[in-house]
Amino acid sequence: MSTIYDRGAPGRRAVALPELGQGEEELLARIPPSLRRREGPHLPEVSQPELVRHYTALSRMNYGVDTGFYPLGSCTMKHNPKLHEDLARHPGFTELHPLLPAEECQGALALLWEMGEYLKGIAGMPGITLQPAAGAHGELTGMLLLRRWVEDRGELGVRTKILLPDSAHGTNPASAAMAGFSVVSLPSDRRGMVDLEALKGALGPDVAGIMLTVPNTLGIFEEDILTITDLVHGAGGLCYFDGANLNAYLGRARPGDMGADIFHFNLHKTFSTPHGGGGPGAGPVTVSEALLPYLPVPDIGREDGKYRLVWDRPKSIGRVHPYFGNTLVIAKALAYILTLGDEGLRDASAGAVLAANYLKGKLKGTYRVPYDRLAKHEFVLSGEGLGDGIRTLDIAKRLMDYGFHPPTVYFPLIVREALMIEPTETEPREVLDAFAEAMLRIAAEAREHPELLREAPHATPVRRLDEARAVREPWLRLAGGCVG
Amino acid sequence: MNPYLPHTADDVQAMLDAIGVADVEALFRDVPPAVRERYRPVGLPPRDELAVQRRLIDLAERSTGRRLIPFLGGGLYDHYIPPVVGHVLSRSEFSTAYTPYQAELSQGTLTWMFEYQTMICELTGMEVANASMYDGATALAEAVLMAHRTAGGKVVLVPRSLLPHVRDVVSTYAWGAGLSLHEVPYGADGRLALGRIPDGTCALVVSQPNGFGILEDLTGLKDCLGKAFLIVYANPIPLAVLEPPGSFGADVVVGEGQPLGNPVSFGGPLLGFLATRMAYLRRMPGRISGRTQDREGKVGYVMTFQTREQHIRREGATSNICTNSALCALAATVYLAALGPAGLRRVALLAYERAHALADRIAALPGYGMEFSGPFFHEFVVRCVDPHRAVAKLRRAGIAVLPPDALVPMGVRDGFLVAVTEKRTGEELDRFVTALEG
Repeated sequence: MSTIYDRGAPGRRAVALPELGQGEEELLARIPPSLRRREGPHLPEVSQPELVRHYTALSRMNYGVDTGFYPLGSCTMKHNPKLHEDLARHPGFTELHPLLPAEECQGALALLWEMGEYLKGIAGMPGITLQPAAGAHGELTGMLLLRRWVEDRGELGVRTKILLPDSAHGTNPASAAMAGFSVVSLPSDRRGMVDLEALKGALGPDVAGIMLTVPNTLGIFEEDILTITDLVHGAGGLCYFDGANLNAYLGRARPGDMGADIFHFNLHKTFSTPHGGGGPGAGPVTVSEALLPYLPVPDIGREDGKYRLVWDRPKSIGRVHPYFGNTLVIAKALAYILTLGDEGLRDASAGAVLAANYLKGKLKGTYRVPYDRLAKHEFVLSGEGLGDGIRTLDIAKRLMDYGFHPPTVYFPLIVREALMIEPTETEPREVLDAFAEAMLRIAAEAREHPELLREAPHATPVRRLDEARAVREPWLRLAGGCVG
Repeated sequence: MNPYLPHTADDVQAMLDAIGVADVEALFRDVPPAVRERYRPVGLPPRDELAVQRRLIDLAERSTGRRLIPFLGGGLYDHYIPPVVGHVLSRSEFSTAYTPYQAELSQGTLTWMFEYQTMICELTGMEVANASMYDGATALAEAVLMAHRTAGGKVVLVPRSLLPHVRDVVSTYAWGAGLSLHEVPYGADGRLALGRIPDGTCALVVSQPNGFGILEDLTGLKDCLGKAFLIVYANPIPLAVLEPPGSFGADVVVGEGQPLGNPVSFGGPLLGFLATRMAYLRRMPGRISGRTQDREGKVGYVMTFQTREQHIRREGATSNICTNSALCALAATVYLAALGPAGLRRVALLAYERAHALADRIAALPGYGMEFSGPFFHEFVVRCVDPHRAVAKLRRAGIAVLPPDALVPMGVRDGFLVAVTEKRTGEELDRFVTALEG
C-alpha cells in the first residue's frame, strides 16, 4: 500500500498560509543556535488533490459500521447517528478553551453536568466523574479510587488483591496492575458464571475488591450477581463493574442495584458515538456512596442555575485527565440519550438481546455453543470441529469475502477457538439472516473446500497478512532521509 | 420510541417465534427479579431530532468564551485547521471503524497509522512512535511509568514550570504506581535549574517549551542522568524549527498533539503522542502499525508487537490502554501532510514572529514587562502589578487570556500568560496593546 510519502514532489503544498513579516532566515537566526533545527523534519510535500485522493483511497480500504455489519463482540458497533456528528462540530464546543473561567463556559459545563446527572440515573449510583477518556482509562480511574479507599482505611499494604473472573477483558488485570494491585484469577463454573465456591475460597482480608463484567464476556448474565456482591462486601471489599456490556440491560437494570461500587461506561459503545478506528472514546465512572470523597477534581457543581468548578475534595485521587474529559464525545452521547429517553434506552437493550438470541439460534446447530444459555447482547461460538485443521481465524477471514466484518475472535480465553458475536439492535433482520447464511455456507465450505477458508480472504485489498514477519523484521516507520 | 431500531412488529414476532419465547421480557428472565424490581427510570421523555438539535445548539451557544479573541495557551492552542482535515475525517470508513483488529479490512487505518508514526518520529527525532495516547498529560504519565519499569528507581524529577494540570495527572498515575515526584526549580530566566540528581531517580521530565513558554536548553541533560530517562514533553509546532529532543539523547518524547490539526474542544478529545528508541520498543505502551506482506508478497500493514498489550499480556502489559485517540491522530497526519515541511515551518515562525512582536510592544508599556529573561517561542508571561486588572481590561476589549491563577501553582503571582498563533492578526495585536494601555 503506498503511503502519502510516495506521492507529491518537493515544493508542492496543499494549503496557502499567510506570509511572514520578515525573511525566514532572519527569524530563524533569532532562535538560539543550540536550539535551532539543523535538518528536517521530513514531511510529505503534496498538492491538495493528491492529498484528498490519497486519503479517499485509504478510506476505501477500510470497513466501518457505515460500510456494513460489524458484529465485533464486546465492542457494540451500533449505528452512529449523523445528527450527533454535526452537533459535536459546533464551534461553541470545538473552539472553547477549557482553561477559561467557568463563567465563560456555562454552556459546556451545563452539558457535562447534565450528562453526569443522566449517567448517574442510568447507573443508579450517586457519584460520577466524566474525566476518563476511554473504557480502560475509566477502569484505571476506578482502581485508583479503590486504592485511595483502601489507603484511607489504613489498609494499603493489606488489601492488595483484586479478584478477576477468567473470562475478564485484558484491560481489567492491566488496569488493576497499574494501580498497584495484584490479580487473582477466579475460575468460571460449568454455567460460564463465577464459581461461587472458588469466590468464597479466594475472599479474605487481603482482597480489595472484585472486577466483574456484567453480563460476562460469554454474553451470560451472572444470575448470582447479588450473592457475589454480598460476599465481596461481607469480606470487606468493593465491587467494580466493567460497563462494556451495558447494552445488554440498558434501561431495565442498574449496576447500583446489583451492588456495584464502581462502574464505567463506554460512551463509544453503548451510547453510539463512533469509535474512530481506535478512539477517541469516553469512559465516565460512577461510584457508590463509599467512594464519593475520592472522586477526581475538578468536579462540576451547580448552584442557582450557574455552573462552577468544585475543587474542595481533600481526599480526591486528583486529576486523571488534564481538563474535563472528552467533551465532544460526551456531547454526542448526550444527544443519543436525549433522543431515546428512558423508553428508547430500554428498547435498545431489547433489540440487542433479541438480535443476539435470534442469530445464536440460527447458528447453534452448525457451530458449537460451549455455554448454551439465554444470551444477552452477545454470544460465543467455538470454531472447533468444522473440518480438518480449520481454525476460527480461517472462518473470520472467509467472512470478509462475504462482505462482513468478522466477530471478535479468540476471546474470551476460556473458549477454545472463540467467535464472539454482538449484532447490536440497529441491524435489520435481513442483515442478520444474510450473516447467518454466510456462516452456514462457510461451515459447508470447511468440509467441501477447506482451501477456500485457509486461503481467505480473497476479495480484500490485501490477502492474509504475515504478522510474524512484522515482528521478525520490524518496519514501524519510513526511515528519515529516504522518505518521499 | 427508538428511531435507530429497524425491527418492525412483524420482525420482532418472527424473531421471538424463532427463538421460542413469548415476548421480549422473557429474554431478561436471567436478570434477578430483585434487580429488575429496583429499577427506576431517569425520567427522560424521547425527543425528535429537531428538539435535540435545538437543545445542543443552545448549550453550544451559551458559552460566552467562544466569542472572545483567544490569546490562550497553557497546553492547547488556537491554530488554523485547513478544511481538508475535516473533510478527510468525515469519511466514515475511518470514523465508524473499530480498532484495526482485522488487518485485511483495515488497511486505511493501518496505513495512516504508519504514516503518523513516521511523522512523529521525524518531528521528535526518535526511532519509533506509537499510534496515539489519550492526551499529552496521560502520555507523559505513561512515559514516567515506562521509565520506572525500565530504569528502576521511584523518584521522578518534574520541573516546577510544568503546566499544573499536566503535572496533576502525572502525580495521580505516579501515586498509583508508588512513585514520588520531586520538584526541580527554575531560575530568573524561567529555565530549569537542575541541581544534584537524587538517588533512585528513574526520570527527569523537561517541558519544551515549558509552562511559561520558555525554551529549555536540553544540551547535556542526558549526561547528568545515568540510566535514568530523559523525558521531553514537547509542543509539536515549535519542533518544526527546533532541534528535535532525540538529538539531545531523550529516551522518550511525548506531548500534546492537539496543535496539529485538532480544535481545543473544551479539552477533549485530544491527542497524546509518544516516541522512543528502538531499544525500548517492547516497553512502550499503545498500538503500533507495522509494514509486512500478504501471502502474495503485496505490501500491507498490521498491528504489531501486540505481546506488549493488555489483551495478550493482561496484568503484565506495558499499559492498560486500548481505545486511544485514533481519529485525532488521523487529523494530525492529514494536517502535517497538508502543510508539509515548509508549511509547518511557516506556522511555527508566524507564531514566533507575532508572539515576539506583541511581547516587545507590551514590554514597552509602562508598568508591564516580561517575567522571565529566557528565550521563548510563541507564549510568554507578562509581569505587571495587578494581573487580574490587566486581564479584566483585555476581557472588556473582547480578548481572552488565561486567568492569572493558572500560573500560581508554578510560583508566579504577578503575571499572566499570553499565547499567539498564526491566526492572530495585526489588528488583534493592536487591540491587545490598546486594551492594556487603557
